[in-house]
Amino acid sequence: MAQMGHNISLPERARRIRRHALRMGEVQGQGYIAQALGVADVLAVSYFHATNYRPEDPEWEGRDRFLLSIGHYAIALYAALIEAKIIPEDELETYGTDESRLPMSGMAAYTPGMEITGGSLGHGLGIAVGMALALKRKKSDAFVYNLFSDGELDEGSTWEAAMSAGSYKLDNLIGIVDVNQMQADGPSMGVLNFEPLGPKFEAFNWFVQRVDGNDIGALVAAFDAARHHKGQQPRIIICDTKMAKGVPFLEARERNHFLRVEPDEWKEAIRIIDAGAGA
Amino acid sequence: MRRSKYIRPDFLTNGTDRPRMTTSAMIASIAGPDQQTRPAPFGHTLAKLAEKDDRIVGMSADLAKYTDLHVFRAAHPDKFYQMGMAEQLLMMSAAGMAREGFQPWVTTYAVFASRRAYDFICLAIAEEMLDVKIVCALPGLTTGYGPSHQATEDIAMFRGMPNLTIIDPCDASEIEQAVPAIAAHKGPVYMRLLRGNVPVVLEEYGYKFELGKAKIIREGKDVLIISSGLMTMRALEAAKELQKDGVEAAVLHVPTIKPLDEATILAECRKQNRLVVVAENHTVIGGLGEAVGAALMRSDVRPAAFRQIGLPDAFLEAGALPTLHDQYGLSTQKVTAAIRSWLDE
Repeated sequence: MAQMGHNISLPERARRIRRHALRMGEVQGQGYIAQALGVADVLAVSYFHATNYRPEDPEWEGRDRFLLSIGHYAIALYAALIEAKIIPEDELETYGTDESRLPMSGMAAYTPGMEITGGSLGHGLGIAVGMALALKRKKSDAFVYNLFSDGELDEGSTWEAAMSAGSYKLDNLIGIVDVNQMQADGPSMGVLNFEPLGPKFEAFNWFVQRVDGNDIGALVAAFDAARHHKGQQPRIIICDTKMAKGVPFLEARERNHFLRVEPDEWKEAIRIIDAGAGA
Repeated sequence: MRRSKYIRPDFLTNGTDRPRMTTSAMIASIAGPDQQTRPAPFGHTLAKLAEKDDRIVGMSADLAKYTDLHVFRAAHPDKFYQMGMAEQLLMMSAAGMAREGFQPWVTTYAVFASRRAYDFICLAIAEEMLDVKIVCALPGLTTGYGPSHQATEDIAMFRGMPNLTIIDPCDASEIEQAVPAIAAHKGPVYMRLLRGNVPVVLEEYGYKFELGKAKIIREGKDVLIISSGLMTMRALEAAKELQKDGVEAAVLHVPTIKPLDEATILAECRKQNRLVVVAENHTVIGGLGEAVGAALMRSDVRPAAFRQIGLPDAFLEAGALPTLHDQYGLSTQKVTAAIRSWLDE
């Protein structure tokens, strides 16, 4: 199912995604880098194990749709799109600058491979419902993925979409929730208690799996199960991830929703990531 | 002025005659008692259009029956999607459908599309220039249910949204022409819907709808009424009344509120030094009146006088529609009286 480079391991893909993201963060000196590091393993498995696409033709009709509703995670998705060769690597130097195809918040009109405009949180899952209905109408066997965040669980529109997907039995829809326990105002569970999360989706007729989102083996198994599940129901993979995963001194920062990182620290972070090369 | 909720209706307490009972029921029609009407022109036209256009799908948020989309649903059950009473989802899922090449026609009430689902129309649909058609019943003051159902500021809200085309049709014949024109137009459109038994008004004037065009329905040298939606019907009726006094009123119908046909509006205002009256079924804030006023100012066009007929900047009362139209100045009688008074100034 993975598209290219079968010789490159998934952990190595994840490492490179982290490296691309850090290099983009370095351009701006700040950003949502902790989310990107946290979700890198999920993106590695998504783009190099679980998703059909053609790098040279990002709008290929047969592709699986990967919808990022968390606009500020754009830095993470750009890193994955670069690793997937949908975006050339040299463009990461333009991140967030004038004329760049890589704006700070992800928008469909700017970036190849960016399926929707995120940023106004709580839009992705509903758009995914519409696309999943449309794909069924077209008799396509493509999947629609929507990567959204635990913060988006606060939005009522997410639950309108969740109820609808269950009602329509959308077995071509796979939700991925990044539960990194960090929102703008602090730890997610302190902002709004969304637990027990799995049972909520189960009650809405979803096929639910909850995994360590930084465990690549567990993610591979979960994506395989989501794609091959026989039940006529939407699927959700709840991924518990660690903010800033892979860079211990950033993991340790208490409030890391939006990180300001000193120039020498970027170098140190990249050095730490590079030390894990070739895994 | 709204009465205290602790004061019972006068006729119950002082033994005076019971007033004429008029209904505020949701299905109340804007048609006059003797007016020619056609049923559900939107639903029938869309159903016909979908026979030869497989892009078209219908979607509603539990209001298909009340937006005439039930006619489409009956004709094309396989092309209809019930999204539940969830207007945010309605707009998001329509965006997803449009991304996959379909042309969703989504219906709800104008209050819910504008107030509740604004962000979803704005970011998921308009910012992406997606081909979604939003058709909403109960625009302006077309129900007596009170502020929860009266979309008195929908145009003000939607005029601020880039990329969105706004259509406010007058009658059944215009809806029948507007629907195929909207389908042929690529991009998001908001249409204010007149539903149920919709009056047929414009046929006798030989009017033809063109998206983006304002058209003179009737010539007149004394006053120019610029109007949209059902207020064009009222303007034409008022013009007939004024004619009895020897006053000649022109009526310029502006069904496309955005993009506004400023060229035609300015040309008409320049043509003669007339009183210009803008009449709209909408609050006087942020609608056609202010759009026309600003266009005149920007182009240094000074009519003899400029006046607005529209709803006040207020939450309106509940009651029977004919009573409310009279109370808030939208009835033919009130429109006629207002113009007479302005001509006498």
